Parts: sequence; C-alpha cells; structure tokens
Amino acid sequence: MNTFATAGELLAALDAGEVTSVALTEAALARARAGAELGAWLHLAEEQALTRAADVDRRRAAGEPVGALAGVPIGVKDQIVTRGIPTTAGSKMLAGWVPPYDATVVERLHAADAIVVGKLNQDEFAMGSSNERSAFGPVRNPWDPSRVPGGSSGGSAAAVAAGHVPLALGTDTGGSIRQPASFCGVVGLKPTYGRVSRYGAIAFASSLDQIGPFGRTVADVARLMGVLAGPDDHDSTALRSPVPDYLAGLGGDLAGLRVGVPEEYFVAGIDPEVEATVRAALAQLEAQGATLVPVSLPHTPYAVATYYILATAEASSNLARYDGVRFGHRTAERVSDVADLYAKSRAEGFGDEVKRRIILGTYALSSGYYDAYYLKAQKVRTLLRRDFEAAFAACDVLATPVSPVTAFRLGERVDDPLQMYLADIFTIPSSLAGNTSVSVPCGFDGAGLPVGLQLIGPPLEEGRVLRVAHAYEQATAWHRRHPGEEGA
Amino acid sequence: MAASGGAWEAVIGLEIHAQLATESKIFCGAPTSFGDAPNLNIDPVTLGLPGALPVLNRRAVELAIRLGLAVGSRIDRASRFARKHYFYPDLPKGYQISQFEEPICVGGQITCDVDGVEKTFGLTRIHLEEDAGKNVHDPKTGRSYIDLNRAGTPLVEIVGEPVLRSPADAVAYMKAVHEIVVALGVSDGNMEQGNFRCDANVSVRRPGAPFGTRTEIKNVNSFRFVGRALEYEIARQIAVLEEGGAVVQETRGWDDDAGVTRSQRGKEEAHDYRYFPDPDLMVVHVDEALIDAIRAELPELPRARRLRFEHSYGLSAYDADVLTQSPARASYFEAVAGGVKDPKLAANWIMGELLATLNREGKDLEASPVPAAALAELIALIEGGTISSKMAKDCFSAMVADGVAPAAWVKQHGGQITDEGAIQAAVEAVLDQSPAQVAEFLSGKEKVIGYLVGQVMRQTRGKANPQQVNAVLRASLEARR
Repeated sequence: MNTFATAGELLAALDAGEVTSVALTEAALARARAGAELGAWLHLAEEQALTRAADVDRRRAAGEPVGALAGVPIGVKDQIVTRGIPTTAGSKMLAGWVPPYDATVVERLHAADAIVVGKLNQDEFAMGSSNERSAFGPVRNPWDPSRVPGGSSGGSAAAVAAGHVPLALGTDTGGSIRQPASFCGVVGLKPTYGRVSRYGAIAFASSLDQIGPFGRTVADVARLMGVLAGPDDHDSTALRSPVPDYLAGLGGDLAGLRVGVPEEYFVAGIDPEVEATVRAALAQLEAQGATLVPVSLPHTPYAVATYYILATAEASSNLARYDGVRFGHRTAERVSDVADLYAKSRAEGFGDEVKRRIILGTYALSSGYYDAYYLKAQKVRTLLRRDFEAAFAACDVLATPVSPVTAFRLGERVDDPLQMYLADIFTIPSSLAGNTSVSVPCGFDGAGLPVGLQLIGPPLEEGRVLRVAHAYEQATAWHRRHPGEEGA
Repeated sequence: MAASGGAWEAVIGLEIHAQLATESKIFCGAPTSFGDAPNLNIDPVTLGLPGALPVLNRRAVELAIRLGLAVGSRIDRASRFARKHYFYPDLPKGYQISQFEEPICVGGQITCDVDGVEKTFGLTRIHLEEDAGKNVHDPKTGRSYIDLNRAGTPLVEIVGEPVLRSPADAVAYMKAVHEIVVALGVSDGNMEQGNFRCDANVSVRRPGAPFGTRTEIKNVNSFRFVGRALEYEIARQIAVLEEGGAVVQETRGWDDDAGVTRSQRGKEEAHDYRYFPDPDLMVVHVDEALIDAIRAELPELPRARRLRFEHSYGLSAYDADVLTQSPARASYFEAVAGGVKDPKLAANWIMGELLATLNREGKDLEASPVPAAALAELIALIEGGTISSKMAKDCFSAMVADGVAPAAWVKQHGGQITDEGAIQAAVEAVLDQSPAQVAEFLSGKEKVIGYLVGQVMRQTRGKANPQQVNAVLRASLEARR
C-alpha cells in the first residue's frame, strides 16, 4: 500500500482482501524504524500489535463482525496510558513504568479493532510547544528535520505527516494537537472539553486537557473521532450528549455559512506569510459560498496569562503524585528522611520546563495569592468564554491562524520560555473556553513549511467544524502534498 | 477543676471523622472492607496512578445528607470538592479530596445530657472527604510500610463550634454524635477500627476574654481518651499560663499509657494546603426530590426515642435507656406494649425474662424464640387474670423451649383457678389437715400463713390465684377463731 494511504483507503483494501492488517502493521513498524531519526516514537509495541492484527485478519476472513477501524495501524501519544506497554509522558519520572490499565480511549481503539503500533514522543507531561522538552530527545519535523514539529503532541503529528501511520492520538491542553498539526501539515482536532474521556490521559491541566485525533484527511479524523467520543463512567467530566456520526456528516457546500474572522487574531507579530496564507484560505471559503463576518474576541490579549496561571496551578497539583514512593523514578542516592526522598526523586525525575510550571502553579495557589491569581484567572476565563458565545451569535464558525509562525528551528526558542508560551496565543483562547477547534492544512510558506487554518466551533459542534474543514480540504490540494515527495 | 471553677475557662471544639457505611470507596469501586491483607482493596484510582480519575460515590452523598438532615443542617444544593495538598507516603495523589469552601451540610446542632443537664451544641458544618492510607512502622527493622486499603474510604467530618466548655461536655457531645451516626446507619461507628475518631481543639481563657491560643489533639478514638486527654491538656495549658508562659499553637498526640499529650508538629511546620476546586469532579447538585426522599426515611433518633418512651409509656429514664439500646429492641418493646394494658409490665418482661433468655442462649433479639406478639399475648393473659405471674414464667419457658403459643399452653395446663368455691374447698381441706399451724396462727404467729398458702397452691398444683388464696385463707382462719 501507498505510504500515505488514508485510513479510509486502508479499510477498503482490507475489506476487499487486498491486504492484511498484519502486512499493514509490519509496514508501519518498518517505516517507524526506518524513520527513527525523526524521534517520533518512544516505544514500538510490535508483539501486541501483530497479535491483534492477526486476530483481526482471522475474524475478518471468517466473516465475523469487526470494528470501525479494524486492522488500521495507529500511534498513541505517550501521555495516554496503555496496559502492558511502557508509558512515560516523555518524562524520566516515568521511565520504565508499565501501566496496569488502559485509558478509556485505548479501550475504545481496541473495541474498534484498531492496531496500536506504539507510543509517540512528546514534550514532558505535555508541557511545551516544540517537542524539545521530551526527556528522550526531540522530535524533528518531517518537512525539515532541522525544525521542530510543534508540541506537545509532536511525535503524533510527525508520525502521521511522515506516513508511519495514518492515524494518531494526541492531547491538547492549550494547543498541543492543533499547533503540531499545523507545523506538520496534517489535520488535528481538539474536541470540546468533555467530549472524549480523559480517563487514562496523564493529567497536565485537568480543566483543559482533551484527547483528540490526528490524520492526514478530515474524513480520517472524523472516522477516528467517532470511535473516541462519548460518555464514560470513569470520567465525571465526560459529557453525556449523544455522539453524531461525524463521518456521515461530512459533505455539502458552504453556501450560507457565516465564517467569523476575529480581528484580534490578525495582529502585529504574526508572520506575514502565515497571515497571507490564512487570508487566502478565508478567500477560498468565501469563494465556496461562505460569508466572512468580522467579529471581536476582546479578551484575547489576556488569554496567555490566564492560561499560564490556571494550567500551571492544576499541573502543580496533578504532578504531586510523582513522589518516588509508589511508581516512577526514585532517587538512588542515600536519603535522610522521606522529605529528602521526595526532593531528590523529583529534582532528578522532572525536567526544567516541568519544574518551572510546578513552581509557577504552586505560587499561584499559595495562601495569600490565590485570589489575586487563580481566582482572578478563573474570572477572566469566564469572560473569554463569553467572548466566544457573543461571537457565535453572529457566525457559525471562526477561522483563524493556528500559530503566528511556521515551524521554527530546533534550539531557536528553547531558552526563551515567554516567547515559547506566546506561540500558543491563537490556540489557548479556544481551550480556555472549552469549545472545539480543528487545524487543517491551508498552504505553505516560502520555505516550504506547512501553514494551518484553525476552525473554531461552539461546544459540541465537532460535526460542524469537520464539515467546514472537509469542504475546504476537498476544494484544495494541500493535504495531497507529503514531506519527501516531489514538489514538497 | 479550674476550668469550671471561675479562674480559667476551657474552650473546646471537636472535629469528628466518621467512616461512611458504603460498600465501595468514595471515588472508585474498590471495596471498603476492613482487615484484609495489605494493599488488596486498591485500583488505579486508589493508587493515584497517572491518568486515573475520581468518580463520586452517590451513596456517600446520600449518607452525608441523611446525617445533615437528622442534626438540622442546611443541605447545600450545590457543594464542591477541593484538593488539599500535602506530601505524605500514605497520601497517594499528594492531595486529599475534601470539601473546603462549599461543604454539603452547613450548621446544625447536637443535643445531649451532660451530668443530667440538657445542653445543645452547634455544628459549623459536615463535609465529605476521602481517608488516607496507613503507614506501618516496624520498630525491629526500622522499615516503614504503606497499606492503601483505607485510602479513599469515604468520611464525613463533623466540625463542631468551639462551644464545649469542659471535658464532660466533649465526651457527652462525642457520645451523642456517635449514637446518631450509628442509629442512622451512616457509619458503623467502630472505634477500634478507627471508623469513628476525633481531633480535639482546646484552649483556655479567663471567662469573657477572647479565645486563647489553641492546641489540637489529633486522632483520638475513644470516649475515655478524649476526656482524659482534655483534662490533661487543659491543666497543662493553665499551668503554662500561670507560670507566665505562652501556649504554643501546635498539634499534640495523646499517649494514654503515659497519661500525657505530646507535641507532634509545630506551627512553623504548618502546611499551606493550597486548596482549590478539584477540576476532575463536578459540582454536587442535590435536588429537592432527593432531600425529600431521604428525609422521609429518617428514623427516630435514640435520644428522641428515649424521651418519648419516658413520656408516652411512663417508663423510668433507666428503662427507657435500656429499651432504646438498639432500634430492634425499641421496636420489639413498642410491639409488645401495643398489645398490653401496662407498658411497664411489658418493659419488665423484656428487660427481665426475655433479655436473660437471649443472653443465656447467645441470641440477638432479631432471632428471638419468642416473637413480640407472643409475649404480648402472654402478658395480656396475666393482665386478664387467666394465669398468674408464676404460671406465666412456666409458660414463657415452654414458649422458649418449644415455641408453644400461650393460648395452647393454657389450654393444656389449664388456667388459673379463680373460682371462689374451688379455692374455698382447697383452703378448708388444707386447714383441716393442719391443726397445729391453724393454732399457731390463731395464737398470733401470723407468719405461718405463708406455709398455709404454699399448701393451698400445692393442692391446686400452683394454679390458684395467689391473691385470692391469701384472702380466702385469712377469712377462713378468722372464722375458726
């Protein structure tokens, strides 16, 4: 099969008996090994994957019912726990840890007969925007290995863009699916907060974290999203609303669609090539029948500060469990008492960015500072949510850049955390508001690096943003360009 | 003691932790059973594994509401869980999920008797939280072990206002709370297993002065220890103050063997718990229908029942207390009392023959060989004069032994002889056979009548009504004078 065949094409070939899941799985594993210099994979689960693939092949051949992704290889971000498969969240703290349970989304992948081929590299505990913060080395961008793939789900985006696997799972807290999807020229969806169960997603910022799908086409992302979404008795924050058939919902034109263009997202600081590319995409939507509506999200300038208070506060709490006592890294040095055990284990196990955020978050929650920081930030969050509610009264979706820049060079920003944080300026507001947004390829800059268009919808309107993204994708050819190919 | 003597006054507030009687833990499905091998009742949530999430046990919420309604708390329609952060090996997540600013129950009061005086003490709040695990230290090896079986078991923390003024207040209050949670089925109240325990906050002051600096005596799990620990701590604080010193705000532990409290942790090590609302859990919305349903099922509390037994049935405080020791005993009594004329007679039979029998046979009241209806029937036969009390005891023994019904027993053994003529005949026969005793009686030694009554009863095989026998005997003896 073609390296860049979609999941939809693979399923058709499997159903037609033209290929087996074992063959697809072996090919995926071979590509992952051959592409090891990208650093996308942390662990390949060859034995488990091939066993499952053989089982799916047997059942399919016997005419038994099989799931919606039967036999299709998929990669899973290492932030998501997998029973019997090492899970590190990109941290030395969890090096060697083998979870005794599966995340709900992994159970759903298994129920859909998808083949989990391995675990994907990421920024440590999903904290980063470049994938340079993994304890196990950076991930490189398949379009230009001197550049970052974005983060924190950099491994997921890179593995899909490079054709190792057609699908991957990522997690998005402030842009960690959309920004790497944009940098790597693939499709990435951040679902509405609560649409996909977080059970088994290692917590970074619990009120923001969402698991979501990566694919090279909108249809593949819709197909995978249908498997992931839905209520879960293990997650109190999982929404109970019924899950539509996202794949069947694709199609139709954009006539009558009102596309909101928030003025705050086209401001100084945005790369002119990115702006020009996104504006061309807006014109394309208009040409397809959509109406562009200028809207305002006036609290946007406060979003990054708000996010870095709330996300770090929650992170400082969520990461308290890594104390070297029950699981994960424990110092090998002599310790004087249990406090010393904690201090040494945590000092050794966590990387600098994680420590920075734990310190920031601990401060924000401290007695005497809570009201000024955490509580205030919660209030701003409410204002940001209202911004979106007001905007959606005037339009159906919002269209914006995903990132102000295209993929930057490794090492370029790693010593400037503030600059790195600002890279998420267009993805953070949507995360804080809890609505859904997708990143879809919309062109390339002069250096041949992908640019992403972000389509933001109201809560639970995954179907709507996917439908718009799909219509755009079908009218353009960006998704047919792949790294390393002629003309790329 | 000085605290109540005018010179110094103690100010005490208790924080009582009661483990809720649920099958599973507060945020996961792991069981709450006691006494299992270490680390058996655990799962990803209990262990705080990466990715695990809490899901609130609905039963725990219902039990907290049940307690709140019973003690007159306001049930908050929207309460919330918060994370309380500190590092400790028995705390798997590095934080405890508790309720902080928005507890489920606000206010309320506990009424109890302290040395015969009725007192009512206010509650600040009742909130839900998870318990921690247990650190086990082996002094021989110097090693420490962690058992997480208890981690995540549901607790209510009942926070009392600082309105207790003596150790006696505190003990009576704690006993009253214990009695209520057990009667409601909210907790099994097992203090040996640590399922009911308290932290006691205590300070002393000159009457009318502002509160003094307090100390907190942690984890006291017996009524006696609370009383002793407070007595000691109050005396210690007074001595410190009278020597011109200052009480240090700190946590102390009670060493019962030594009879002293000891400093455990000073204020300089006090935690900043960094509370914030737990984003993994939703606001707990309680609707009116649930509150109404729980209210409708509230049982009568033991204290109210005791008072009602005293007033409605004319029982002594002691009898009312004995008969309300358990809901089963109280309802048994009410069933019997409902079928007889004299509730006191019912009380006497239950506290006498019945409890003695159950005690001897090692049975619970639920497994009583004599159902309440049968005992009521027996007592009614006494009240109606069909059988004497003595016959009733024989009948009762038969009821216990063979499960025979009182009516059947009377049918078989015959009832009491109350026929004046029959008794007269028996009396005359005995007097004719006992000339010496008759002469004794007539010479003034009236005590001999006891012997004569015995003879008549023997003649009638115990069935003659003893009062009648007595009266007829006296009359017949007088006639022979």
